[in-house]
Amino acid sequence: MIEIENLCKSFTLHNQGSAVIPVMAGAHLRVGPGECVALTGQSGAGKSTLMRMIWGNYLAASGTIRVGTLDVTRATPREIIALRRDRLGYVSQFLRVVPRVPTRTVVAEPLLALGVAPDVALARAEDLLRQLNIPARLWDLSPTTFSGGEQQRVNIARGFAHDYPALLLDEPTASLDGANREVVLGLIEAAKARGAAIVGIFHDDAARARLCDREIDVTHFTPKRAA
Amino acid sequence: MKDMQPHTPAHAPDGPLLRVEGLSKHYGARIGCADVSFDLWPGEVLGIVGESGSGKSTLLSCLAGHLTPDAGQVIFETRGGPRDTVQMAEPERRLLGRTDWAFVHQNPRDGLRMGVSAGGNVGERLMAVGARNYGAIRETATDWLGRVEIDAARIDDRPRQFSGGMQQRLQIARNLVTGPRLVFMDEPTGGLDVSVQARLLDLLRGLVRDMGLAVIIVTHDLAVARLLAHRLMVMKDGRVIEHGLTDQVLDDPQAAYTQLLVSSVLQV
Repeated sequence: MIEIENLCKSFTLHNQGSAVIPVMAGAHLRVGPGECVALTGQSGAGKSTLMRMIWGNYLAASGTIRVGTLDVTRATPREIIALRRDRLGYVSQFLRVVPRVPTRTVVAEPLLALGVAPDVALARAEDLLRQLNIPARLWDLSPTTFSGGEQQRVNIARGFAHDYPALLLDEPTASLDGANREVVLGLIEAAKARGAAIVGIFHDDAARARLCDREIDVTHFTPKRAA
Repeated sequence: MKDMQPHTPAHAPDGPLLRVEGLSKHYGARIGCADVSFDLWPGEVLGIVGESGSGKSTLLSCLAGHLTPDAGQVIFETRGGPRDTVQMAEPERRLLGRTDWAFVHQNPRDGLRMGVSAGGNVGERLMAVGARNYGAIRETATDWLGRVEIDAARIDDRPRQFSGGMQQRLQIARNLVTGPRLVFMDEPTGGLDVSVQARLLDLLRGLVRDMGLAVIIVTHDLAVARLLAHRLMVMKDGRVIEHGLTDQVLDDPQAAYTQLLVSSVLQV
């Protein structure tokens, strides 16, 4: 479902003496349906960079990233928007929403964008919020005022509203208590069971061991410093 | 957006609604905008960003037919097939401006009739496209005031009795009541309180999604662009220097100027 070949990336900082910073070279990755692959490596090794490139958020310098049949590195913005709408989901660490939009709507939005009837989309959103222990009295409020853990759970609910065939998870259990962590692990396991291809960053060792079929150390893709 | 009627989904287009090719406008020797080309599909929001004087408002005016470009085509998929609107006769373009197109000005005073009631402002545009039944017009106007969250009790008040945010929402209602397919917006949230801005952004997103609107929005506010636009064009000195997916342009800008623009913002 996700196939990465010979992927390279560098940043050119035009306003800092046009410094060119190579951050990734020759990255390879293959994730099949129902598989969960963990990206590992210390902070700064390029885990998030790789994830953002699959998402189409960072441009690749060379190489290919195939999600289903689409090569993200050559896709038009329209094609990436369509990919994100129905085939590729992303649970980032931070919730970014229009202020004042109620939590229920924030979670239902991916389904509304797919043309799902509002009552069905909102019912699904409420079901997920309930599973993730967000009290019903908060559903009409904007999540911007919620605690870090609550925001993360809203973000997860939103990311799981639609059954994407491919999913990117950036530390989905980072600031969760035991009970909620268990709910999230259950959601990820259910996604695997229905055949989703998952790429994740998990600093939670036990979660990684339980969910992931393989680990890829991205340090292997870090370009060697030129002397 | 609780009151929205279900519409056809926004994501089933079969071709671009607008094709712009080689659009240029000079003011004497000075470049207004030069060689701008892009496609826009139904349900898409295109953001045009850049600092003051970069040519974004000139471009918008050329696209909307308020200025005549020196060169280039603005091909709109009319209900009768594709037409180059630059070559259209003025009355025909005006008709388009009242029907399939809408223009939301930065300053609501430029888009509203300040001496006419709120209901009249919305109803007037309906009458311009042939609506005659007073009861039906008033009913539609009331419905639209509700959609933009203006209390129906204010229908007979004049816009000058409204706050800036309410005036802007009224301008949007007036523009959208005739069911346009393409909306031009020039800094629609500029000069509004941030809380009002948020409400307007939410409203616009819902309308884009539920009505399948295509929108071209000029803004210098990158946070607004991030939340509203699918794609961004970055302009400098009248030229498009970068064009791509909104979050990609903001998070991994390629051009020197875009990097400067993004890094100069406190947080987007």
